[in-house]
Amino acid sequence: MSTTRAKKKIVQPRKIEKSPTGISGLDEITEGGLPKGRPTLICGGAGCGKTLLSIEYIVRGILLYNEPGVIMVFEEKAEELAANVASLGFDLATLQQEKKVKIDYVHIDRSEIEETGEYDLDGLFIRLGYAIDSIGAKRVMLDTIENLFAGLQNEAIIRAELRRLLTWLKSKGVTAVITAEKGDGVLTRHGLEEYVSDCVILLDNRVSNQIATRLLRIVKYRGSLHGTNEYPFLIDEDGISVLPVTSLKLERNVSSERISTGIPSLDKMLGGKGFFRGSSILISGTAGTGKTSIAVHFANEAAKRKERCLYFAFEESPQQIIRNMRSININLNTHVESGLLQFHASRPTLNGLEMHLVAIHKKVKEFKPRVVVIDPITNLVSIGSVSEVKSMLIRLLDFLQQEQITVILTALTNSASYTEQTDEGVSSLVDAWMMVRDIEDNGERNRGMYIMKSRGMSHSNQVREFTISDAGLDLVDVFLGENGVLIGSARETQQLEEQKSLAVHSNAISRKDREIKRKETILHAKIASLREEFESLQEELNKTFVEDELRKDIIEKNRLQMTEKRHGIDNQKKKKQPTKL
Amino acid sequence: MKPKEEIWELRLYVAGNTAKSNAALTNLKKYCEEHLQGKYVIEVIDLLKQPQLAEGDQILAIPTLVKKVPEPIRKIIGDLSNEAKVLVGLNIRPVKKST
Repeated sequence: MSTTRAKKKIVQPRKIEKSPTGISGLDEITEGGLPKGRPTLICGGAGCGKTLLSIEYIVRGILLYNEPGVIMVFEEKAEELAANVASLGFDLATLQQEKKVKIDYVHIDRSEIEETGEYDLDGLFIRLGYAIDSIGAKRVMLDTIENLFAGLQNEAIIRAELRRLLTWLKSKGVTAVITAEKGDGVLTRHGLEEYVSDCVILLDNRVSNQIATRLLRIVKYRGSLHGTNEYPFLIDEDGISVLPVTSLKLERNVSSERISTGIPSLDKMLGGKGFFRGSSILISGTAGTGKTSIAVHFANEAAKRKERCLYFAFEESPQQIIRNMRSININLNTHVESGLLQFHASRPTLNGLEMHLVAIHKKVKEFKPRVVVIDPITNLVSIGSVSEVKSMLIRLLDFLQQEQITVILTALTNSASYTEQTDEGVSSLVDAWMMVRDIEDNGERNRGMYIMKSRGMSHSNQVREFTISDAGLDLVDVFLGENGVLIGSARETQQLEEQKSLAVHSNAISRKDREIKRKETILHAKIASLREEFESLQEELNKTFVEDELRKDIIEKNRLQMTEKRHGIDNQKKKKQPTKL
Repeated sequence: MKPKEEIWELRLYVAGNTAKSNAALTNLKKYCEEHLQGKYVIEVIDLLKQPQLAEGDQILAIPTLVKKVPEPIRKIIGDLSNEAKVLVGLNIRPVKKST
């Protein structure tokens, strides 16, 4: 009895209800959306996307969740607003006609207004209330309510009224988004965060090295878990997309399917089967060692398997890559035409790292490839610090692996300082790491390839010579001669040398064989004659033995006959005796 | 003397029967009687009854007095307790007791 009562007392903490924003990524960070029936403050500097975010919240609420919304603007005129968001494909005019949205433009002109004595903002309440009730709105946007402070003089009244407004909105049961300009050192210029205590989202547009990155952070979210990081977001023709790029969990499906690299001899180094599907592969090496060629082989092989492949080129244009690869007998054009291979070439400096990440995300989501090539990741360092690039790549790999996409990264290493670490510090993150190295010796340069690591499979620990010819790539076993590893022409000389000695050796062997053959024949002949000799001897012996036997029998017979003739009786008795003897 | 007598069209926006609204209306009537005798029309709009009218005149604060005619449009918000300010706002020349 007591136990059941105790059980009843444990009330599951009621999760607060959420109002989904429909903005890609934001719902994931907020674990479902904004707090339903409560106001949310969106603050940030000028031009960081506050208005857009709130409009998207309203419009997507209408389009996706069929929740009408009220837009109350204190800044832009209703028509201007409609024109501004039309570029994103939001047709506010039609929505207004359908009574899905109501836009109220609040204009306050200080020069027109004289203040005498006490007043309150009931007019605003009534307008808002009327707008909400006329369309049955569930969502409200107030952009930018702080303009009241500019229009009216009595700050004390405004503050009191704002507090009342927010309580009133809660009692109305609408989910409100309120935008506010960021102030110096504070979230909002007029301290609105004091009143809106349920959820505060901060937007930022940060410029470093002349490259701007938009960032979003949830400063607080009462009663709910939420991502705490700064998340980059992108504004493009589809509106806002936020990237919840760091998934906090290291949980993902893994495939034990193996896919070929397109280079049979490389597959052989990897236990004969190639890499795991969905793994990440890093190819690093000094300039001109054929990193791109390996990556292209992989892409080509994927296309041959009828898998889609997305190639992000940060150094060469697609046409350049296609032309260059023709020289090693790979025709990428057919794959491009069949739509299996897609190139995306852009300069790293085109936008910030985060934007690149967002762009890659979007492309991957659109194209749904099975293989992604990023060539090279090194150039990204030019737009960010090593740690930034690393964090970006972590998130990128995370995302691609979540989607079970095999990714090939190429990285340029500095030839002067050969270290077992790539510049981007991603070598520890990837599943497999191949290293292509220049080996300079004997007045020539050759390429050597190692597999530094390949998680979860047996792989060769040997350095292979890596050759690029008209026929494509190949890996050749290096020669371990007396003077160490032999490659290039030295290897070929050694090979010829070995062939020669092999011929000499086989000649010698055949001579010995013949000798043995001859010996064998002689011996066989000897054995035959000996056997014949033995047989005649045997026959001789047998002959005397048989004669002896015969003689003995005859003697016995004669004796018996003699005895019978002598006695003439009791034949039977007498017969027994000789048999016993 | 002006050729045509100007009529002050005044609209007072209120929300229900509140102390502030009543004070504003009382004050307004007093000033008008004093300075604009026979030259004014006062229209009281209760937004609780006609909320749709709030948008048209950009009403935020309650009470708000709107002077539409004569131009320019002016708004005076509050309980109109400061007579000088109201008169300036309405562009009314105070009638001097002596004249």
